[in-house]
Amino acid sequence: MVESQSPGQASETEEAARFQARVDQEIKIEPRDWMPEGYRKTLVRQISQHAHSEIVGMLPEGCWVTRAPSLRRKVQLLAKIQDEAGHGLYLYSAAETLGTPRSEMIDALHSDRAKYSNIFNYPVLSWADIGTIGWLVDGAAIINQIALCRCSYGPYARAMERICREESFHQRQGYEIMMSMAFGTSEQKRMAQSALDRWWGPSLMMFGPSDRDTAQSSQSMAWKIKRVSNDDLRQQFVDMAVPQAEYLGLKIPDPDLKWNEERGHYDFGEIDWAELKRVVSGDGPCNKERMAARIKAHEDGAWVREAAVAYAEKKRQRESAARIAAE
Amino acid sequence: MTAAAQREALFEYLLRLGDNCLILGHRLSEWCGKGPVLEEDIALSNIALDLVGQSTLWLDLAATVEGAGRDADALAFKRDVLDWRNFLLVEQPNGDFAQTIVRQFLFDCFHVELLQALTKSANQEIANIAAKAIKEAVYHRRHSGQWVIRLGDGTEESRTRAQAALEQLWGYTRELFDGDAIDEMMMQAGIAIDPGDFHENWRDAVTAVLGEATLTVPEATWSIGGGKKGVHSEHLGFLLAEMQFLPRAYPDAKW
Repeated sequence: MVESQSPGQASETEEAARFQARVDQEIKIEPRDWMPEGYRKTLVRQISQHAHSEIVGMLPEGCWVTRAPSLRRKVQLLAKIQDEAGHGLYLYSAAETLGTPRSEMIDALHSDRAKYSNIFNYPVLSWADIGTIGWLVDGAAIINQIALCRCSYGPYARAMERICREESFHQRQGYEIMMSMAFGTSEQKRMAQSALDRWWGPSLMMFGPSDRDTAQSSQSMAWKIKRVSNDDLRQQFVDMAVPQAEYLGLKIPDPDLKWNEERGHYDFGEIDWAELKRVVSGDGPCNKERMAARIKAHEDGAWVREAAVAYAEKKRQRESAARIAAE
Repeated sequence: MTAAAQREALFEYLLRLGDNCLILGHRLSEWCGKGPVLEEDIALSNIALDLVGQSTLWLDLAATVEGAGRDADALAFKRDVLDWRNFLLVEQPNGDFAQTIVRQFLFDCFHVELLQALTKSANQEIANIAAKAIKEAVYHRRHSGQWVIRLGDGTEESRTRAQAALEQLWGYTRELFDGDAIDEMMMQAGIAIDPGDFHENWRDAVTAVLGEATLTVPEATWSIGGGKKGVHSEHLGFLLAEMQFLPRAYPDAKW
């Protein structure tokens, strides 16, 4: 909170300087603190995009929950999907602390004014895809999210800490599925390799455009919304995933992938940025389908939400009438 | 009665318990990502999770009792329609949210009564599973009951849909309370009670909630059963085709 002066008294520049000083000192910004409009907008955009990704991400997994191959896998996947809905809920709540209601964020998603993670615009073709999503997609998400645990905005950073703990569990489960597939029958191995072939590129794209081409990064870095650059996060991911793929005996589909002794990192080939652009702009394999499924769920549920509101209102009126009668 | 006949009856009885939970849990899992509001996505997947978890406990025990080298997964993924023992009620399609909720509520009220009786079972393993499951079932009943009230006493549309769901599903509830030879054997052995014994409790609990929901208890003009004996509706075959696809298509694989 602003201690001595109310926001009206301090000039915008003074407030901005005080805000930046707090950020620089690693003091978390809380919902009622003064913040620049750009900071608020960037956060709402980023947090709601993150929340939408959790919700849209339930669809490709839901497509396999009814076909999970054992009772244990069915329970694991259900628990994972439930966690994701829960993450969506904390993230929408974190974004609401910035003054934007959940319904507005959801409307923005459904009317194509808000994005969600591009990764969910690819089809989930076999059970190995569910393993690969846990291993690589949750793996990439954790790398992004660990960095976000240090984000300057308190509610977002705290939501991230909780989410990271659950995501790392999902990643272990995903990798475990991959072990049973990669070390399984020849048909299972084929599914595992096919899944890696299809999900590797899109997983690298989860870290966003290259640092060479990002406009928002420098301001977000100064505000400590973003703590590590896209390319550095992507490198961490590649360094993590390569030995894991080797252990599984699977081949990462990148002829340029090799260990660079001098850098102490893996070098990897150029990402298909044209594909990223195409899928982000709505022209991916499943964009239309995912959005149609979300909109249908929302529209089909409208009468249920209306009923809940109507009932709550009746109940409130009855209780207040009863109170008046009692007085 | 021979020990073998008794074991067979117990196996059948455990299949009924496990199959109801698994089929209903599976139906709920079909809602993933399609709930009317995020909180309900969480609740429905949570209830599905509980039910699939309970089915695993029952089917594990069934497999042990059978002693034929099958495990819970073999029972879940390698049996065809004729060998399933769940009620017709739980295999009915999800329909709209009102149908899902009413189906759940009618089952939950039954489930709580049944599990309560089973906590006193002479079979300690059954009593233990029931003691664990009842805590979850009580929560499920509260959740579905509250929604029945909200839908019944919500808007004109929600009331119409909830009443239609009741009319559509009521005829499947008779089967929940019709005892047969297996129930009789379980009763004799002190393992379970006659399901007819808690029909009245069930009816009271259901009627109380429907009253609060301003919904009408349907006239019992029709009833269909048969699930307990393996005579199902056409819906179950499609559900199994989807659920069992991987273990059937790749019988040598481990997942």
